[in-house]
Amino acid sequence: MSANDETQPTSVEEPAPDPKEPRRDPGRFNGVLREIVVGNALVSVLSVVLAVVVGSLMILLTDENVRDTVGYIGARPGDFLSAVWTSISDAYSALFRGAIYNTNVEGFEGRIKPLTETLKFSAPLILAGLGVGLAFRAGLFNIGGRGQMLLAGAAAGWVGIGMDLPLVLHLPLAVLAGALAGALWAGIAGFLKAQSGAHEVIVTIMLNYVGYYLVFYALSKQGLLQAPGSLNPKSKPMPESVILPKLLGDRFNLHLGFVIALVAVGVVWWLLNKSAMGFRFRAVGENPDAARASGIDVGRTYITVMLIAGGLVGLAGANQILGTATSGITVDLDAGIGFDAITVALLGRSRPLGILAAGLLFGGLKAGSFSMAAAEGIPVEIVLVIQSLIVLFIAAPPLVRAIFRLPKEATA
Amino acid sequence: MTLELRGITKRFGPLVANDRISLTVNEGEIHALLGENGAGKSTLMNVLYGLYQADEGELVLDGEVRKFAGPGDAMAAGIGMVHQHFMLVPVFTVAENVMLGNEATGFAGTLDIGAARERVREISQRFGFDVDPDALVETLPVGVQQRVEIIKALSRDARVLVFDEPTAVLTPQETDELMGIMRQLRESGTAIVFISHKLREVRAIADRITVIRRGAVVGEASPTATNAELASLMVGRPVELTVHKEPAQPGPDAFVVRDLRVLDDTGHTHLDGITFSIARGEVLGVAGVQGNGQTELTEAIMGLQSHVRGSIRLGEHELVGRSVRKVLDAGVGFVPEDRQVDGLVGEFTIAENLMLNRSHGLPFVSAGTIRSGVLEEFAQRTLDAYDVRASGIQAKAGQLSGGNQQKVVVARELSRDLSLLVAAQPTRGVDVGSIEFIHKQVVATRDSGVPVLLVSTELDEIVALSDRIMVLYRGQVVGIVPADTPRETLGLMMAGERPEGTAA
Repeated sequence: MSANDETQPTSVEEPAPDPKEPRRDPGRFNGVLREIVVGNALVSVLSVVLAVVVGSLMILLTDENVRDTVGYIGARPGDFLSAVWTSISDAYSALFRGAIYNTNVEGFEGRIKPLTETLKFSAPLILAGLGVGLAFRAGLFNIGGRGQMLLAGAAAGWVGIGMDLPLVLHLPLAVLAGALAGALWAGIAGFLKAQSGAHEVIVTIMLNYVGYYLVFYALSKQGLLQAPGSLNPKSKPMPESVILPKLLGDRFNLHLGFVIALVAVGVVWWLLNKSAMGFRFRAVGENPDAARASGIDVGRTYITVMLIAGGLVGLAGANQILGTATSGITVDLDAGIGFDAITVALLGRSRPLGILAAGLLFGGLKAGSFSMAAAEGIPVEIVLVIQSLIVLFIAAPPLVRAIFRLPKEATA
Repeated sequence: MTLELRGITKRFGPLVANDRISLTVNEGEIHALLGENGAGKSTLMNVLYGLYQADEGELVLDGEVRKFAGPGDAMAAGIGMVHQHFMLVPVFTVAENVMLGNEATGFAGTLDIGAARERVREISQRFGFDVDPDALVETLPVGVQQRVEIIKALSRDARVLVFDEPTAVLTPQETDELMGIMRQLRESGTAIVFISHKLREVRAIADRITVIRRGAVVGEASPTATNAELASLMVGRPVELTVHKEPAQPGPDAFVVRDLRVLDDTGHTHLDGITFSIARGEVLGVAGVQGNGQTELTEAIMGLQSHVRGSIRLGEHELVGRSVRKVLDAGVGFVPEDRQVDGLVGEFTIAENLMLNRSHGLPFVSAGTIRSGVLEEFAQRTLDAYDVRASGIQAKAGQLSGGNQQKVVVARELSRDLSLLVAAQPTRGVDVGSIEFIHKQVVATRDSGVPVLLVSTELDEIVALSDRIMVLYRGQVVGIVPADTPRETLGLMMAGERPEGTAA
């Protein structure tokens, strides 16, 4: 009977995975799902890289020069390669000129304008992305960004056109109305989940339709939101007293909404990382059973989270009607941001700073897509394809790891 | 048939689960594999059963090297396994379960259920089992379900049978019967591998004992070795097996449960009018086979059950109808039976887990903000005091070993001012070293004048820690007896028999 201590493997600090350990589902986000929603930043970055690579292939496929030269690739491969190079470099330099710095125009102001456009486009993406990301952290899928933005835009716009107040009162009131409307619309989903267990994905999706047709009805009805004497489903334009002030003078479209977005990033960061309420949000998101057994009211947390998340998405709606599309409320004022926000939240890994970065990236893609279309004739849709590919790669972390030969995360 | 494992090594990434393990099991022999949870016993058996592929080493059956790509190969080679968690389909009959995976078929793929029925009868007869081939498995008691598993393995002519922690779900009487069956199988020439961490059982039945620690064989022992010898071999240092405690100094009754009824959402009764009380400075142990209402009892106390009738009084406070938070605020400490589900947030750091049930105010939260300085200082102190082995307070709880996870839970609960401690399965899946530590903490809590409700399916633990023992069976109290009640009596009570002379 010899205890041969020398032969012990020294690396074993933690015991082997033991099937006898009672292991039940540790939370709503386990395994792959958890990795998709709050996984690591490297996969995010690599997903963007992959999406750009595949996007490039698609640009090549639509390029006539490339298609022509491939016909005689055997005879003159140099032509083909240079066509490929020209196509890709032209496309991305157009993207760069449209999103960050335009070298083709005179004067610093003109050259820097694309960057301000990027910031303008990113503001609602960041705000709505925070709304979706915050809900993710508490284990909730907020797919209702569209409805929340529409209701928020309608409410903010209604305060805008329906009242006559000085700017210092009118603008904050309109923004607040937007946030409140978004909060209430999302809060319905939180309330139903807390009360009856109704799944928030289904409820928020359905509330998108309800919200859309509600706003459409109000916009089509004289006496509600429709512009007097008009037959179109559109309201009056916003009065000056509720329009978000321009940050850099009238030559640039960048408005106060971007500052609101930055402040929101800070507030949500504090909420999630420093506050007791955010601590409970995360506890409920990671393990609702343990949260409940620790005296955290899970149902109430769901309601609170959805109220705050909806409020953030509502700010995005207010940002649109009071800053970017001030010519009147329409049912298109969300401009797809309610859904893009999901992508932004996923790419940003549901973390405030990540969402900020993802929002800036998507804002840049949006700004750049117009100049790509104008200068190179590349369809605007290519940016949508790249965005979709990013999500696709993020949704398949094992695929990304396999392509880049990354080891499986030990800390998953 | 002789089974030989030669130098089996199995790694999971940097983790060596099995390190050059060699083992021989002979025909007509019961070879016990003794080791703590996580020592690598189950990994080794999964290698043997073809569920894992060994990185090094070979598997030899009757002098012939074999490779198993899956359990099918292992079964075909004559290896059978009786799993801890039965691999049976509850809505199938015994015969259907036995033929599953090895179905005899007739014309156009019709199942030959008659042949399976015959096989069940024949094997039952051979070993004196009383198993009806047409009974639905879900209607059978756990002990009989286990026999179905054994029949299933034997029906494929298993010559080597592996029992993986077979007694975990059995009453003491059922355990005795199982041991009888194992002896019978040994007489008929079957080679048996018996995996367990229970010293008593291993010594009672094994012909040879191999002890595994941290993935490696640390020695062989004979069944005549004492418990202390085996335990110290298993843990790697001398172990205190008995819990030292002074006789209880019970004060007045502080925790009184009256006529407690718990229903689930479907109206099914889980606790049917139970009444008991615990005095200050007393441990009441709740014994019983798993699933007889223990979970519902602790959850009802904590406010985690929704349909509770009757009364639960803690001092002045009525707990029934209170929210979990109010129950915790009344000074109830709760060690849940499954720490990974109810006790910890795996993705949270140790520090965060230590404040999990104190996020509503001081000392860790003020003005809605977490006081990270206070929390970190507290966490560091607790880590040291409770000897939690981790890289630091920022280590994620999910990455700790079972014992260290449980210490975090126990530390969190005992670091508050308690007026009652509810500890459910406090040492399940915990290494022996941590068990010692946790037991001492429970006794210390009792000695500080706190009533303790201890729920455990390990009878040894109940007997060692309790001052009185309450036995639950099918949601009812069979009896409340002194801690020195003989194990046989407790065993009968766990099977629902009310011994004479005891008052319920």
